[in-house]
Amino acid sequence: MGQRKRKYTSGAATAYISRKRAIKRLQLSLKDFRRLCILKGIYPHAPNNAKKVGKGSTAPKTYYLLKDIQFLLHEPIVNKFRQYKIFLRKLSKANHKRDPNAARRLKIHKPHYKLDHIVKERYPSFLDAVRDLDDGLSMCFLFATMPKNSVLKSKIINLCRALTVEFQHYCIANKCLRKVFISIKGIYYQADIQGETVTWIVPHRLGQQPLTDVDFKIMTTFVEFYTTLLGFINFKLYTDLGLHYPPKLEIEGQNDDDYCLPQDKNDEKLAAFTQTLQAVMNEQDADMIPDEFPADQTNDPDMIERAKVEQEEMKAFQSLFKGLKFFINREVPRESMAFIIRSFGGQVSWDKTLHLGATYEASDETITHHIVDRPSLENQYLSRYYVQPQWVFDCINMKKLLPVEQYFIGATLPPHLSPFVNEDEGEYVPPEKRMFLDGKTSLEEEDGELGDEESDDEDEDEIEESDDEDEEVEEDDDDDEEEEEEEGAKGFSEADLEKKYEKLRGKKEKKVSEDEEEEEEEEADSAVTPKDKRRKKMRVSSGAMEDSSRSARRLQQQEAEEKKLSVMMIPKKKKRLYDRIMTSKKKKNQETKKLQEKREKIDEDKRKMKRKQGKGK
Amino acid sequence: EATLDSNEEDDNSDSEESQYSGLSEDESSGEDDSEDEILEWESDDDEEEEEEEEEEDGVMQDIEVNGLESKSNEIDSSDEEDIRNTIGNVPLEWYKEFDHIGYDLMGKKIGKPAKSDELDKFLDRMDNPDYWRTVEDRKTGQKVVLSDKDAEAIKRFRNGQYTDPSYDPYAPWVEFFTNEVMEHPVKATPPHKRSFIPSLTEKKKVSQYVHAMKMGWMKPMKPLPSEEEEQDPRPSYYQLWTSDSDFTRRFKHHIPAPKLKLPGHAESYNPPAEYLLTEEEELAWKDQEPEDRRRNFIPQKFSSLRLVPAFKRFVNERFERCLDLYLCPRQRKMRMNVNPEDLIPKLPKPRELQPFPTVQSLVYRGHSAVVRCLTASLDGQWMASGSDDGTVKVWEVSTARCMKTFTLGHAVKRIAWNPNSSVCLLAVAVEKQVLLLNPGLGDRLIISHTDSLLQSALNSRQDPDESETGKKIPADWHECSAEEKANGLRIKISHAKNVTHVSWHSKGDYFVSLMPEGQSQSVFIHQLSRIRSQIPFSKSKGLVQSVLFHPTRPFLFVATQRYIRVYNLLKQELSKKLTSSCKWISSMAIHPGGDNLIIGSYDCRLSWFDLDLSTKPYQTLRHQKKAIRNVCFHRSYPLFASCSDDASVVVCHGRVYNDLLQNPLIVPVKVLRGHEETKGQLGVTDCHFHPTQPWIFSAGADHTVRLFT
Repeated sequence: MGQRKRKYTSGAATAYISRKRAIKRLQLSLKDFRRLCILKGIYPHAPNNAKKVGKGSTAPKTYYLLKDIQFLLHEPIVNKFRQYKIFLRKLSKANHKRDPNAARRLKIHKPHYKLDHIVKERYPSFLDAVRDLDDGLSMCFLFATMPKNSVLKSKIINLCRALTVEFQHYCIANKCLRKVFISIKGIYYQADIQGETVTWIVPHRLGQQPLTDVDFKIMTTFVEFYTTLLGFINFKLYTDLGLHYPPKLEIEGQNDDDYCLPQDKNDEKLAAFTQTLQAVMNEQDADMIPDEFPADQTNDPDMIERAKVEQEEMKAFQSLFKGLKFFINREVPRESMAFIIRSFGGQVSWDKTLHLGATYEASDETITHHIVDRPSLENQYLSRYYVQPQWVFDCINMKKLLPVEQYFIGATLPPHLSPFVNEDEGEYVPPEKRMFLDGKTSLEEEDGELGDEESDDEDEDEIEESDDEDEEVEEDDDDDEEEEEEEGAKGFSEADLEKKYEKLRGKKEKKVSEDEEEEEEEEADSAVTPKDKRRKKMRVSSGAMEDSSRSARRLQQQEAEEKKLSVMMIPKKKKRLYDRIMTSKKKKNQETKKLQEKREKIDEDKRKMKRKQGKGK
Repeated sequence: EATLDSNEEDDNSDSEESQYSGLSEDESSGEDDSEDEILEWESDDDEEEEEEEEEEDGVMQDIEVNGLESKSNEIDSSDEEDIRNTIGNVPLEWYKEFDHIGYDLMGKKIGKPAKSDELDKFLDRMDNPDYWRTVEDRKTGQKVVLSDKDAEAIKRFRNGQYTDPSYDPYAPWVEFFTNEVMEHPVKATPPHKRSFIPSLTEKKKVSQYVHAMKMGWMKPMKPLPSEEEEQDPRPSYYQLWTSDSDFTRRFKHHIPAPKLKLPGHAESYNPPAEYLLTEEEELAWKDQEPEDRRRNFIPQKFSSLRLVPAFKRFVNERFERCLDLYLCPRQRKMRMNVNPEDLIPKLPKPRELQPFPTVQSLVYRGHSAVVRCLTASLDGQWMASGSDDGTVKVWEVSTARCMKTFTLGHAVKRIAWNPNSSVCLLAVAVEKQVLLLNPGLGDRLIISHTDSLLQSALNSRQDPDESETGKKIPADWHECSAEEKANGLRIKISHAKNVTHVSWHSKGDYFVSLMPEGQSQSVFIHQLSRIRSQIPFSKSKGLVQSVLFHPTRPFLFVATQRYIRVYNLLKQELSKKLTSSCKWISSMAIHPGGDNLIIGSYDCRLSWFDLDLSTKPYQTLRHQKKAIRNVCFHRSYPLFASCSDDASVVVCHGRVYNDLLQNPLIVPVKVLRGHEETKGQLGVTDCHFHPTQPWIFSAGADHTVRLFT
């Protein structure tokens, strides 16, 4: 007989370790353990069977993987933590003895630790690191805007600022910004970095409020790691792109009237984003045409063609603002604006008293767009458009230069929609978005249409008209080149949209047919009352599709019933899952419906207002 | 002078410096004294000066008086002038109330000088030319005329000048000690011996250091960081990722943290109007716990970007994210990405399984209370129903016409038509009786045959043989009176307790009645041809819910609350015990083949048992929302139905295959709704298939019987 196997001596019970025991094993304080976990990226695991892991008890506990903790045991930083603890003890002793010499000597020999090896360990490949950059970037951008306090030293704030500026410079140089979105929380940016999508948020600058319920020590530990990570990523990105790291500006010492300390001047100039960075090599291969690899994987000429078209579209998108000259008024958030415009190839400047790095004056005649965020402006130039900042954001999200009429000074802006939302079927799509996907430019036309009794034909006419208007607007431009480019951009964007549009139209047609069926049902159901008649008059119908609506309806009903019956036969196990899916679907539908109803009501109110105004006149 | 001397005597070994310092101290102390005096004087002087300025006329008088007094003072005044009064440094107010102001060296009182009144003062001022420089010595109360020198000093002091007019602050500096080495030592003490011998402790320390250096324990001190580095100690970065493949991952079970959700339209600073919350929604949002909120912000609309403030909880949200990253236990969860259509089992379409009842075609109205039970005659021409109003009505199926009504006085619990085609007989369970009733409908021959059969059976009946067996059979068979006979009743079998159930054997000779409150005597088997009853069980196995005969074999099914027991009547033993998954069985029906059984339960379940397969249900269906009242099989079609309190009848296709390997196919084919839901709990109380057609009757709490075809 072998030895009796005891319970909880193998398997899940030994694979996990509770936090208390982990701390005991590592011989660290809770504070140090927390810091170590943050730096090394160790997190608790929820075991699948809590009872087994808890050796019979199901009390809620945090469990770490034993392997993780053993792995921490060999971390050189643990020793540094201990050294630091001793350093603190010695320092306090020296201070209590009033021995400034000893204290000075100790401070010189203060133990430091580096996180380089941890970065490499946590992210063995570069892409791993980029994939996990979202949180790091957001934190660094947040810290770059924070005020200094007892926990937040100016050193870390400055470092964050420098690193984020470097990162933004890379985005400008590589033109990898894809989406931007102004939310009430901050401005979201999405960039495509070596094929990985990276999203970060930058808080709004104005009206910051004092903070509560936040432990800055934890956040600082995170930022400590993130700055190391971001620094190495920046280095890699810069070297891959052939730029100097730390970045150097192409033209040094241009502006002499400076409003900052001489040692900050370089940083501030970098942060202005108006100048391009100096490359290590001279640009010889700037306009390199990508080699065509014949038939990689596919021989399908369509595929190759499509890939080519996509590439061209992307190129056009990246140089969306090329040739445009922007001027930023002082009330507009300068940094984000400059970053965005420069990322899409535009030129940008501001009043030179506002910040360092202004490249041209407000009186420059070649300025095409003047970004203003105030209700009115004196001394307007005829040669340029005065637009509100949202225009820039919307242009990027729609991937084309939008007509500027809706964004003029003092105009009520069209809603700013999130570019991150891809509505599934059945989800609510705001009419503005649908309108855009349908190729229309503004909602006003549709409003008018709804008010009157008009058919589709007239609607199309209107669209054409609006297109004409756009072109007229463009003709106003002085610069011929710009016009060409704009048109080019527009052409591409339309082509790009066509696919999406077709897809959506397919969906929409389906919807329409469903609607019709419903309508016909109603018709069959009840004798047509005068009220219904009126309603029908308003609606657009495309002729009678089916005569035997009654039989179809019966069939439909029968099918619905059959489905109900077969749903009854789902076994209990799957039934729960099915119910959950169906309830979530139902919830979604309800939400969609709610939004739709709200919108309809708002539109109705608007129309009423309009009518009243019309009567008043 | 004396202190200085003693100093010098004490520290002979002292350096020159100390001597110098001693000197300087002395000097300074002397100066201090004089300054103190001056200060004292000054405080008194102020008043005087003011007075002087105010009244210049009376200067002479004052001075004269002062002069007199000063003369008298001159006698005592010596060089120890200031110690004439020996009271020490005490406030002079203490002597306010005395005639004297202190004591002289001899211990004699020093009297207060006579106080001059205002007139004297005035005269003094007028007459005395020295009045302006006459001051009162507080300690002695004497008037002192300041000398020219003193007056001059005070004047200079008040002007901010050195009091000594001869002092030159800008006099050239005389260097006392210089950096030049002097030829002669300042002090003459010879150096100690130990200053010529190398120190042992030092030697020890040095050898320790040397050893530590040799061993590499001690390293040269790091160069101090320069100022620039201290200001901006930027960490250095380098190419960290040179090759990607050389590193083996140490995290085996790494679960990357999920990314934050990307913002939707509602988070925009300028969202479409429909995303903004109404007032009620906003209130509801505020009422919710922060964890329950679907969105952690209230959508807002700003007319321009310049008006957008910093988000209040931005840092908090970031902080929460940080906490999540290092504190939140991670677990890999399989997200089921299932198309809900795939979960629906693939069953043949009901259309392919026709015929089955689909539409309500007839309603049989006439009862005035809940219809409890119904049954159909074997040929399908007649249907009988019993109700709580105490009547049994017999209807013609095809015309919905009530042919006969039997008033029995009490609520009818159960009714069953004799399955023998040559007999026209109904068994009715009413209160404590089972009545055999000849409805007198249909073929006359059969009716008369039935009557004669019953009569002959009654006639041939032996008298109750209680005396022989000694057992008391609690069921009494009575022949009905002539009056009752005219009413259709034929035989009464009275029981001790209420009878709830009655059902026939398929041959039509035996029938079983159920008396749930009868404990061990709850089930009775009655034989019609011999007019006798028997109690098959001697022990009670629980509250019996339903009893049934096997259609072909001598088995009896007894359903208690949770179990169904199958008894072999020939062998008189328990042959099977079926376990239902439900809590309270309400009814039971057996497939005409005899191998399958369905039970309905009050907890909405319908269980199908395959008797050959297992003692557990083959399938449990939960089609109805409320308690199932009754279940039934069709005699010839593969159909079964259940009726429940939610006023629906669910008809299912239940095909049993001859091949033992193939499991029965169960497909729900129709939900029949026709009965109105009443306020009480009851919906449909009973259902029964038409014996030949795929039709179903249902009895409802809405006082009607309905036929679905």
